Amino acid sequence: MAVWRQVLWKLLRDRATFLGASIILSLILAAILAPVLSPFPEDVFEFHTANRLRPPDGVNYFGTDRMGSDILSRLLFGARITITIALIAVGTAVAVGVPIGLVAGYYGAWPGDLLMRVSDIFLAIPQVVLAIAIAQTLGPSIENVILALSATYWPFWARLVYAETRSVKNEIFIESAIALGASPARVMILHILPNISSAIIVRTSIGMGATILTAAALGFLGLGAPPPAPEWGRMIAESRDFLPEAWWYATAPGLAIFLVVMGFNLLGDGLRDILDPRIRRAGGRND
Amino acid sequence: MTELLAVRDLTLGFRTDAGLARVLDGVNLTIDAGQVMGLVGESGCGKTTLARAVLGVLPRNAAEIAGGEIVFKGRDLLKFSPGALARDICGRAITFIPQDPYGSFNPVFTIGTQIMEIMKWKSPRRVTGHWSEHAPLLGPYPAERRRADMETVVALLDAVQLPQPAQILRKYPHELSGGQRQRLMIAMALLPEPDLVIADEPTTALDVTIQAQILGLIRRLANERNVAVLFTTHDLGTAYEICDAVTVMYAGQEVESAPTDRFFAAPAHPYTGKLLASLPRHDGEVAGIPGEVPNLVRPPGGCRFHPRCERASEACRSGKPPAEMLDPGHSVRCFHPVRPAA
Amino acid sequence: MSPILDIRGLSRHFPIHGPFGRQVGAVRALDDVSLQVMPGEILGLVGESGCGKSTLGKTVMGIHRPDGGEIRFDGVDIAALEPRAQRAVRKHLQYSYQDPGASLDPRWKIGRSLHEPLIIHTTLSTEERTRRVADILRAVGLPEGHLDLYPHEISGGQQRRVGLARILTLHPKLVILDEPTSGLDVSVQATVLTLFRELRQAFNLTYMFISHDLAVVRMMCDRVAVMYLGRIVEIGPTDQIFETPRHPYTRSLLAAIPRIGGKRITVDFWLKGEPPDPGNLPSGCRFRTRCPRAEAVCAQEEPALVAIGLQHAACHFASEKPA
Ligand SMILES: Nc1ncnc2c1ncn2[C@@H]1O[C@H](COP(=O)(O)OP(=O)(O)OP(=O)(O)O)[C@@H](O)[C@H]1O
Ligand SMILES: Nc1ncnc2c1ncn2[C@@H]1O[C@H](COP(=O)(O)OP(=O)(O)OP(=O)(O)O)[C@@H](O)[C@H]1O
Ligand code: SF4
Ligand SMILES: [Mg+2]
Ligand SMILES: [Mg+2]
Repeated sequence: MAVWRQVLWKLLRDRATFLGASIILSLILAAILAPVLSPFPEDVFEFHTANRLRPPDGVNYFGTDRMGSDILSRLLFGARITITIALIAVGTAVAVGVPIGLVAGYYGAWPGDLLMRVSDIFLAIPQVVLAIAIAQTLGPSIENVILALSATYWPFWARLVYAETRSVKNEIFIESAIALGASPARVMILHILPNISSAIIVRTSIGMGATILTAAALGFLGLGAPPPAPEWGRMIAESRDFLPEAWWYATAPGLAIFLVVMGFNLLGDGLRDILDPRIRRAGGRND
Repeated sequence: MTELLAVRDLTLGFRTDAGLARVLDGVNLTIDAGQVMGLVGESGCGKTTLARAVLGVLPRNAAEIAGGEIVFKGRDLLKFSPGALARDICGRAITFIPQDPYGSFNPVFTIGTQIMEIMKWKSPRRVTGHWSEHAPLLGPYPAERRRADMETVVALLDAVQLPQPAQILRKYPHELSGGQRQRLMIAMALLPEPDLVIADEPTTALDVTIQAQILGLIRRLANERNVAVLFTTHDLGTAYEICDAVTVMYAGQEVESAPTDRFFAAPAHPYTGKLLASLPRHDGEVAGIPGEVPNLVRPPGGCRFHPRCERASEACRSGKPPAEMLDPGHSVRCFHPVRPAA
Repeated sequence: MSPILDIRGLSRHFPIHGPFGRQVGAVRALDDVSLQVMPGEILGLVGESGCGKSTLGKTVMGIHRPDGGEIRFDGVDIAALEPRAQRAVRKHLQYSYQDPGASLDPRWKIGRSLHEPLIIHTTLSTEERTRRVADILRAVGLPEGHLDLYPHEISGGQQRRVGLARILTLHPKLVILDEPTSGLDVSVQATVLTLFRELRQAFNLTYMFISHDLAVVRMMCDRVAVMYLGRIVEIGPTDQIFETPRHPYTRSLLAAIPRIGGKRITVDFWLKGEPPDPGNLPSGCRFRTRCPRAEAVCAQEEPALVAIGLQHAACHFASEKPA
């Protein structure tokens, strides 16, 4: 479709967005091709204590950890966990938040108010704290991390969709669809949702970053996937005992988290400009 | 009567994504002192662009003036430096009444504050040749002049029939109705005692009853103060109401110009005739103009109306028709004008 | 003959909110409005901006809920129906928006917008719908290629045609046209008006024609209703309204239209002042603050609509011969 070609073209022209998109793409490739790319795929679950805490060199590009495993290999496999957690958690949050926001925004009045007050309560508690509380109660496992993250993040989408729906609902073409006799569900799904989709896409991209950060924090606190799973947050936590001598131990996963979160944020910001013609950057840089 | 403004062969375009849009193509227009000149034509034909060219407020980066001259009181405005234009002409000898009076006020200041700010450097009482002319923000505003200016303002608000002028000055723009705001704009346009007022569709945003009041006001003030008015509109009825003469534009070319009575009684250009025939009539017969308004990036050659014209011949397609004088003051650009049965 | 649309005592108020969202008053956009529309006629609805013309149309359509009164369409009180039945009525009752460009979903191609009403109200197959859309497209004079364009890619006059095509696909009985020619150039307006006429013939339509252009109303309508600040102040056959207007407001409206070739109205236009704030109406007759004929009684009593022949006017002095 012409529109998507246009979006793609703009994406390629904007340096920051392009960088963000490249990072995300690399992450996805790393996760898929982890077995191929890793120099020592077996290291993920095997120990070679003789090799422990080697600094980066020609064999272990990012050094080895306290068990003697190759950090690069663990990082690559860790990308799978990160992506799984982020995708499922954000997917659930979107699946819950968007319909709630849509219905609340469309109907207004008391059902809307009720739904919004509930999401306000969720938003009043810092996300990390809430996620920790939930994950702690349920016990450490990937499933529970996902559950905790979805439960804490859905109100972001509900709020956003609520506000967007409220404003789009006043547009004349919505009124005219209603006047034509379209049912509320039809209006919401076929008219309102496509018109607010760009806002949702942007929010989702930025939300992925935030979710990955919180997931890492949970891992750091030992609430994520149990060892020896190569969870990035847990890797940083493990490295604490060996700092500052084994500087590479914390640097590699830290850098990975930083890059991925930044990638999602850059992409989200860029998409905001690309998808929304109203706040397109003045003058169009990089022309 | 003396010629106040003469636009001669003005050609200009706007740079757009699709290419250069040739918005004005050799336009001619003359206005005598104290004359109300109507500039009529359909949406997008270049009325506002011509008005903005005379005011010297075209967007500098997008507009490209290819030729012609705008002679105001014997001097070509296109040769003025932007600074001199802003100081002596724009807002002083030529003033402007916009279509949407709301957007022309700053919503956070009272009307009075905004008017006095203008008076400070546009008032006819200001001293010329003073250093502050080049730094108006720093210049002093003597109390005596201020008082005199204030009296002028109140007198003018009274002249535009705004009730209780002193109170209106204390109000904010949103507290006035559309009609009141338009009266204010008229008052502000007359404050510097200009020679020419450009009114760009000043009544399209108003209702018929309010429109009638405003039109009457513009007409009367123009007569009393001997101010010339360039009045753009796409409503022929409005043009009939207050204009001394009418110029019609089509797609960036002026096609006919005549004194009002003659214009409506004996239109000579086929486009003018069609335009008049499009007006709703009691007997219920209306005829539109078949075809579409041309694309200005790739306009038709010759007379730009030829693709929609029944009288068009090979000559119309190949060259732009010269202006022909049919009667004193009545000129038409057409190879085959409708001549009144003699 | 029984009216196709019968409005009785219809009211619609919009709350005015002060600081902190407190309600401090109400705009009476419709205040006890009654009128009938006969099958096959064109009823004009004129009045100043903000007098409630669109609100009347939208309340009839069910876009606004009435605060009082009833709306009978084909004898059924549609305001009292439950939502599903109300939606079904919309098949026969359609509203054409003041701004047709804004009434089309910017992300939908024209073709999809035209199929939509048929999907909602009928069980036609895709081929049948395509055929019907093609028929309508021809009727409103749009090229078939336009089906693949987005609303912003076509001109204002064409958007108007698309808007009409969309509501006509369902073969409605009554169409409310809200300012159908505003913002159009005279040459385009002429073609659009001719189109309305032809469509009425072809589809047997009844129109409620909202406009503030009196010349157009005079040309198009059988009867005219004049509104002022939420009330109908005069209603009657077009010829009579234009020749012997009974209400001073109607007279001033008529006097305000520039007439090419006639006397110039600006020479002696007599209506002074601006309409009052709709949230704070004057006592008695709401026109009295601007009325040249007003007397003491006008400030005390609100005049009711009285019949003078086929005309009805709401003025204490309606039966006086116009000057
Ligand atoms: N800044 C600009 N850049 C590019 N094109 C422009 C610009 N300003 C005006 N145009 C184009 O120039 C043409 C003439 O515009 P103009 O505003 O003068 O028309 P008009 O006669 O005043 O129309 P209307 O009756 O709608 O106000 C239009 O086709 C418009 O799209
Ligand atoms: N949704 C709304 N909420 C609050 N006030 C409204 C709403 N819609 C209309 N109004 C008010 O109701 C009054 C009547 O409005 P309406 O749009 O019916 O006028 P109109 O006669 O159609 O005017 P126009 O000729 O400008 O279209 C106005 O004072 C308007 O401000
Ligand atoms: S009732 Fe009185 S104020 Fe109202 S229109 Fe008639 S004369 Fe005028
Ligand atoms: Mg203009
Ligand atoms: Mg309206």
